[in-house]
Amino acid sequence: MRKKLIAVLMTACMALSFAACGSKSTGGENSDKKQITVGFSQVGAESDWRTANSKSMKETFSEANGYKLIFDDAQQKQENQISAIRNFIQQEVDYIVLAPVTESGWDTVLKEAKDAKIPVIIVDRMVKVSDDSLYTAWVGSNFELEGKKACAWLDAYLKANKKDTSEINIVDIQGTIGASAQIGRTNGLEAAVKEHSNWNLLAKESGEFTQAKGQEVMESMIKQYGKKINVVYCENDNEAFGAIDALTTAGYKVGKDGDVIVMSFDSTNAGLTDVTSGKVILDTECNPLHGPRVKEIIDKLQAKQSVDKQQYVDEEIFAADDTVKSVTVDGKEYKVTATTKDVISKRAY
Amino acid sequence: MSNEKTSLIKRITSHPLFMPIVCLIVVLLVNVIKRPDFFKISINNGVLYGYLIDIINRASELVILAIGMTLVTASSGGQDISVGAVMAVAAAVCCEILSGGEVSTNEFANSFVLAIVAALVVSALCGAFNGFLVANLHIQPMVATLILFTAGRGIAQLVTKGQITYVRVGTYKVAGGYIGKCPIPTPIFFAIIAVLIAYLVLKKTALGLYIESVGVNGSASRLVGLNSTKIKFLTYVICGLLAGVAGLVASSRIYSADANNIGLNLEMDAILAVALGGNLLSGGKFSLMGSVIGAYTIQALTTTLYAMNVSSDQLPVYKAIVVIIIVILQSPVFRKYIADIKKKRAVNKQAMEGGRS
Repeated sequence: MRKKLIAVLMTACMALSFAACGSKSTGGENSDKKQITVGFSQVGAESDWRTANSKSMKETFSEANGYKLIFDDAQQKQENQISAIRNFIQQEVDYIVLAPVTESGWDTVLKEAKDAKIPVIIVDRMVKVSDDSLYTAWVGSNFELEGKKACAWLDAYLKANKKDTSEINIVDIQGTIGASAQIGRTNGLEAAVKEHSNWNLLAKESGEFTQAKGQEVMESMIKQYGKKINVVYCENDNEAFGAIDALTTAGYKVGKDGDVIVMSFDSTNAGLTDVTSGKVILDTECNPLHGPRVKEIIDKLQAKQSVDKQQYVDEEIFAADDTVKSVTVDGKEYKVTATTKDVISKRAY
Repeated sequence: MSNEKTSLIKRITSHPLFMPIVCLIVVLLVNVIKRPDFFKISINNGVLYGYLIDIINRASELVILAIGMTLVTASSGGQDISVGAVMAVAAAVCCEILSGGEVSTNEFANSFVLAIVAALVVSALCGAFNGFLVANLHIQPMVATLILFTAGRGIAQLVTKGQITYVRVGTYKVAGGYIGKCPIPTPIFFAIIAVLIAYLVLKKTALGLYIESVGVNGSASRLVGLNSTKIKFLTYVICGLLAGVAGLVASSRIYSADANNIGLNLEMDAILAVALGGNLLSGGKFSLMGSVIGAYTIQALTTTLYAMNVSSDQLPVYKAIVVIIIVILQSPVFRKYIADIKKKRAVNKQAMEGGRS
């Protein structure tokens, strides 16, 4: 008797859940006709930058703008992203936007998306695939250019302070090994070190883009090289916070007139606040506001126009003071902004 | 005379903590080749400074986790793989309460004590959840704790709304920094106190014995009147609580709750620490001190690889090689092999001496 009762209950539950599924999917179809559905697989929320990036996407692809955004947080795992993309394909979204956690390993799943005729737009980091047609377009930062800009600024800054002849010892706290940002920024630095005979790259070690690791790596570097270090080149703001904590605890004065200068990338709100106080001497922007650029591409695709394969977002340079007004990289001039509280409050993130 | 000597050596070498300590010392000594000043400790800027301090300081969270992991392993013969995620949950709860929902705060929005207590209660609840699944429902520990391993960071993300929540208040930085002018980093105190309390509770009460007996044979323990379910459950609660403490320390270091990265992969290090300490991962008899030494060995290895300037992309490989060597050295098969060789030598020696006389 009891068993039967349970069986009946279970069946009822199943029937109910089916009904729920059914109603949901019909609802989806109805709204699909009016809206453009965009599936966005985000790496995670590991930094302020990433949060700003997610926010830009969410704001651009809002229901008010006529979009339905399916947002998936992969918590730093590629397998989560791959399954998210497969889900998007099953849900028959119109566009897939992917912020890949690493460069390699995307061939299979992007092929599946291509077979399903869903355009894929890659944002932020690049993907390495055997066939370029697997994705429609890429929007992001030119990380190597960021590195070059930072180094060009350092060169000009040292010249302005008449330090360009003495030996300059640099340590590099790298990002997560294999990430485009790490590769580009490290390459930018290494190229600059080769160009300058007095620049000396003492060590490079990964801080995995996190504050805790940045702090730990910096502690170890201080012990190895001590007062020899002139410049700490952190590949993102979180690492810079950790490095500054480690340096101040060890009794180093960080900043313009201090023992070491700390350079950073990303230009998050917290990072720029440290630029105004001079703790971070230079912060090269890595613009997270990809939403509008991606929307532009989708609009063009909707209108059946062709789009450029690679699109860079414009990025600024923020310095603690106005010693250097502008830098020139590969024949192009870039303005350097002296950071003030006003500059920060005017920014979108 | 010589007999006494050999028996003393034998007593030392056969001590369960012998191999773990030797491994730790070897890892430390390797550094001296490249950096003669590795063991130098000085006072710099009013605080203790040196590689050794770094190791002891940075290993604190791992030591705290290793205590809980040892107890769980001993009582249930399985591991709690959710501790890293529970750390993130505790940090998220604490920072979220302190910041009052803001992304970054310069003053406490709520009482500090309330936040700490809430974080610890939540982490103990996580432990209780694991304990209930393992002890009462008899689900395999690895499977039971897999739930929070996957869901924990999601919960932490929900709590912090996916943001890194910063609490930029001096008081909050104490647990991961320094107390006033005390030159010793605070995390070290947390680790020492946790070890001391665990040691005293296990030695002065019968709890340690109960845990071992439940781990060796749960049914037999029940038959002699021990509530094995309750004891297993209790070890998971303790493990969760300790993970919470570790999470608070880790969060205080960076004065923020970084749901994605706090305690990331630390559960594996904690299990490794238990194994390096010469404990059986199948439960039963355990050595708390072994696990603690194991935890310090792991951190010593990381710091060593930094000091050796091993490039980041090769770091995991070196770590893996050293871990394999240490584990093989401690494996029963290898030990038996060495013992057999020794025996043979002794027999040969005796035979030769016998022949002479």
